[in-house]
Amino acid sequence: MGLFSKKNKEAFNTPLFKENPVTVQVLGICSALAVTSKLEPAIVMGLSVTIIVAMANVIISLIRKTIPMRIRIIVQLVVVAALVTLVSEVLKAFAYDVSVQLSVYIGLIITNCILMGRLEAFAMQNGPWASFLDGIGNGLGYAMILIIVAFFRELFGSGTLFNYPVVEKLGLYDCGYLNNGLMLMTPAAFILIACIVWYQRAKDKSLQE
Amino acid sequence: MATNKYVCKVCGYTHEGSEAPSVCPLCKAGASEFEAVKEKKKGINTNSDVYAIIYSAVVVVIVAFLLAAVSSALKPRQDANIELDKKKQILASLNEKNLADAAATYDALIVADPIVDAQGNVVAERGGFEVANDAVNENNLPLYVAKIDGATKYILPMTGNGLWGGIWGYLAVNDDCNTIYGVYFSHASETPGLGAEIASDKFQGRFPGKKVYNENGAVGLSVEKKSSDADYHVDAVSGATITSNGVREMLKLKLAPYYKYLVNQLQPAVQENVEPAATDAAQETVEE
Repeated sequence: MGLFSKKNKEAFNTPLFKENPVTVQVLGICSALAVTSKLEPAIVMGLSVTIIVAMANVIISLIRKTIPMRIRIIVQLVVVAALVTLVSEVLKAFAYDVSVQLSVYIGLIITNCILMGRLEAFAMQNGPWASFLDGIGNGLGYAMILIIVAFFRELFGSGTLFNYPVVEKLGLYDCGYLNNGLMLMTPAAFILIACIVWYQRAKDKSLQE
Repeated sequence: MATNKYVCKVCGYTHEGSEAPSVCPLCKAGASEFEAVKEKKKGINTNSDVYAIIYSAVVVVIVAFLLAAVSSALKPRQDANIELDKKKQILASLNEKNLADAAATYDALIVADPIVDAQGNVVAERGGFEVANDAVNENNLPLYVAKIDGATKYILPMTGNGLWGGIWGYLAVNDDCNTIYGVYFSHASETPGLGAEIASDKFQGRFPGKKVYNENGAVGLSVEKKSSDADYHVDAVSGATITSNGVREMLKLKLAPYYKYLVNQLQPAVQENVEPAATDAAQETVEE
């Protein structure tokens, strides 16, 4: 089996669009609401989740034949929690500013449903390489939605992008434009995600139920 | 004598013996319907209780050792980072931000870090930097003294509670011991775009020039939705009432104990009068 066989490519590609973790599998919604009021935390969260899903997928895939079926969820949880703690410790030592910015989000990764979902659904049945691609694919699919949502929330809610005052520089405030406070609240993320789901299903009839 | 297991494919009846029975006792199927079950000789039964217990114990021990090793290996680096970050925060209250070498700037600007008490006495000339946040009380109040272009600034640390977690900050006052020179706030987990705005320059920029203590010596400085007093009131963050209230409470509670010390700095004579009195009182207590 080649490194980029059709099956492996699928493991990477499908979670980006056709089986996107947020809009199709409906996993990781909670964090997609919490960290998307600004672009910066959304991007860092997306990247951290990508790295941790990929690593956890590889580890679980390597030991999948030895895991007792009855305690597999606990074993998965231990692996994920250990990885998250490791990443957080390493960040604190080598990239303190980033870890301060992430603060609670890094711990929140443990509770991200994407991790447990992919470990249980994919890594328990597939080899390490395919699992790695699946992890990267799902992480990036998740990051993509986060970034789209955060882009609109930051732009319309705070009038900035990456903390750069876009709206102010365009001079819209002088014309009577006001920031939309609703965009900073969590319901706005629901509305935006719903719009993405709507668009995606209108494009791809096979996703309609 | 080796016993084999035979399972009836029709009803699932399991027979143990050297060979399959001629007729199944349950469903009367013939011997041809029986199938030999091969016991796995090599490998371990991953479904047994003992295996599960040993497996989980081994996993936990490995993970515990790994985390302990990584944690202790990285501890010195993390502590150094935390110390440097604290220096950066203290400097941020002096409006010294985005420094290339924060440690050197700190050494150049901060001339003392005494510990004082709520009666205005100096407990220790040095060591305020090492006081942990949870060790701060009325008799153990750290503060920092900075000299910028010859002018003295006093930096007062504060800690409090926001909506989701802790908030903290540093407030620098001019040598009149009342007018705010600069301020710095940070938070553990306030909502981005709302409560987290207390860490923004926009919010912190509202403080310089305001006064901390009113004529009665109480903290007049406050964060208000509708500021009615240009000297003492600062506009709150809209949409973040609980975080703003947290900042107000923090200012009230944590700045009050420094009042006597700061007043003493203005009138050195008062301090001399107060100190012997305090010593006498202490001696009297001992004699009693």
